[in-house]
Amino acid sequence: MSLQRFWSRGAIYLVLIAFCLFYLMPFYVMFITGLKPYEDLNVTRMWDLPKGIYLEGIIEAWKRVAPNFRNSAMITIPAALISSFIGSMNGYVFAKWRFPGSDTLFVLFLVGMFLPYQGILIPLVRTLQIVGLYGSPVGLIMVHCIFGIPITALLFRSYYASIPNELIDASKIDGCGFLGIYRYVLLPISMPAFAVVLLWQFTSIWNDYLIGLVVLSSPRLAPINVAVQNIAGSWSVEWNVQMSAALIAALPTIVVYLALGKLFMRGLLAGSLKG
Amino acid sequence: MRILGNKTVGQSTSTYRGERGLAASPLRSAIRRRAPWLRGDTALAILVLIPSIIAVAVFIYGFIIWTGYISTVKWNTVVEDHTFVGLQNWIQLFKMDRFHWDLRNLALYAVGFMSQCIVFGFLIAVLLDQKIKGEALFRTIVIFPFAVSGIVTGVAWRWLMQPTTGINLLFVKMGLENFYFEWNAHPKWGILAITIAAAWQFTGYVMALYLAGLRGISEEVREAARVDGAGTWALYRRIIIPLLMPVTFTAIVLTGMGSIRVFDLVTILAGPAFTTDTLAFHMYQSTFGQYRFSMGATVGFFMILLSLFLVVPYLRSMQFEAER
Repeated sequence: MSLQRFWSRGAIYLVLIAFCLFYLMPFYVMFITGLKPYEDLNVTRMWDLPKGIYLEGIIEAWKRVAPNFRNSAMITIPAALISSFIGSMNGYVFAKWRFPGSDTLFVLFLVGMFLPYQGILIPLVRTLQIVGLYGSPVGLIMVHCIFGIPITALLFRSYYASIPNELIDASKIDGCGFLGIYRYVLLPISMPAFAVVLLWQFTSIWNDYLIGLVVLSSPRLAPINVAVQNIAGSWSVEWNVQMSAALIAALPTIVVYLALGKLFMRGLLAGSLKG
Repeated sequence: MRILGNKTVGQSTSTYRGERGLAASPLRSAIRRRAPWLRGDTALAILVLIPSIIAVAVFIYGFIIWTGYISTVKWNTVVEDHTFVGLQNWIQLFKMDRFHWDLRNLALYAVGFMSQCIVFGFLIAVLLDQKIKGEALFRTIVIFPFAVSGIVTGVAWRWLMQPTTGINLLFVKMGLENFYFEWNAHPKWGILAITIAAAWQFTGYVMALYLAGLRGISEEVREAARVDGAGTWALYRRIIIPLLMPVTFTAIVLTGMGSIRVFDLVTILAGPAFTTDTLAFHMYQSTFGQYRFSMGATVGFFMILLSLFLVVPYLRSMQFEAER
């Protein structure tokens, strides 16, 4: 038994390690290619480690995408903050101030979370043109906030639903109204939910490509993923620069993920399982 | 759905305030009789919600209807044209060669992407559920790709799928000297190669769903099955997999939606002609490349209709779960 157990445990670890190698492989390739100098970019030596650490690829990539990196930060941070705040208010209403039809309304909100954006892009562009926000970062922030309404409401609603109604009722007896309960009772204990939602919104807005491409495609103002695609799309750019640009684009979300992985997991699960 | 059956907290306060009574205007007393919830703090709560309601109503529902309308007019140049043409765009789309490619690619992509995500996601979750040392590390690595964007994924995999190097070279180095495959550039199966990159990114998410599901199955259930003489295989086949059906359903819906809307990966990993074309890419090119807005709207609206087949059952099940 114990020998058999040894082998079966060993097999499990082997399979898991094989999977991990597969999931790490593209990162490995991005890293080593990004660190190679131009002369070392040889298709037959793709898997070999660079002969040393050469930063020319990274420097060249940073020169190209630095403005877009800044654009992405200027769009993602406010959009994530604003949409989290809106989400917390909406979630609070949906969880604790139900009214006739509020559940139906909530489900109608959720539909928006799933539908492909291709079905709304043309009216979106037209509307932004009419109100003068087409091609402006403010417009893109607004669009991200609106498209974030469903998911943020869902995440906050499930968090607030877990807070006992007795707490709310007690605060009412103490004279708190709608806003008072939010400000003095719920907001101070909402930090875990805010962390999850901020993280979720940060990653999805940072990683967005389609909406940025459609709303803000001018090379100077475009978000980082649009810039990386432009670099990759022009075949003249060397692989080490492409890989470095991709790494730069991935860096903020990777850092956030490694630092706050647990919250990230919680967001993943809450975002899909149920409200 | 539970609406009034569930006594809301808002109701009690507003009744309380109402009883103390302010000057009774006819409107107010009508509200008191007909809709006691529409007062005081609940009214404020609804007020807070109204901007979001308007935003969702306009930017999601309004825009979908608008897209549907554009698909029935003749706006196929830069100049906006509102001449009604009925179903002409739709008929044209259904006859289009490119659209047939899109449907074929959607079917292949969905099969490839969904099966990889679900099979590997489930398998890794089961393995991680065996009291593994370093589980957190394995888990982090498997979910890691989900933190990066589709564009980053595409850039990395395009390099890996270069016929002259990348994966092909790796196989050659491992001893398969004549290994050669065109991957995403393959004239027939290029779209399936793209699903490898897509599944690389998304399997971790599905794994996390399954792992949470497995953790939710109590030890007693497993113990009871073992007492009844079920081996490991039977335990999974007869007890655990059926118990995880809701998770599988969620995974099917999420990967299905991902298949309908895939855009960034096929932009970057595009193969020759329409071999890796998708609805989303077709929509984008028609609209913003060729300025055939009505055709783009037709494809976009078709995508919305397709996704309703997944969204509606999913939301129903969610509501059902919320009611229990």
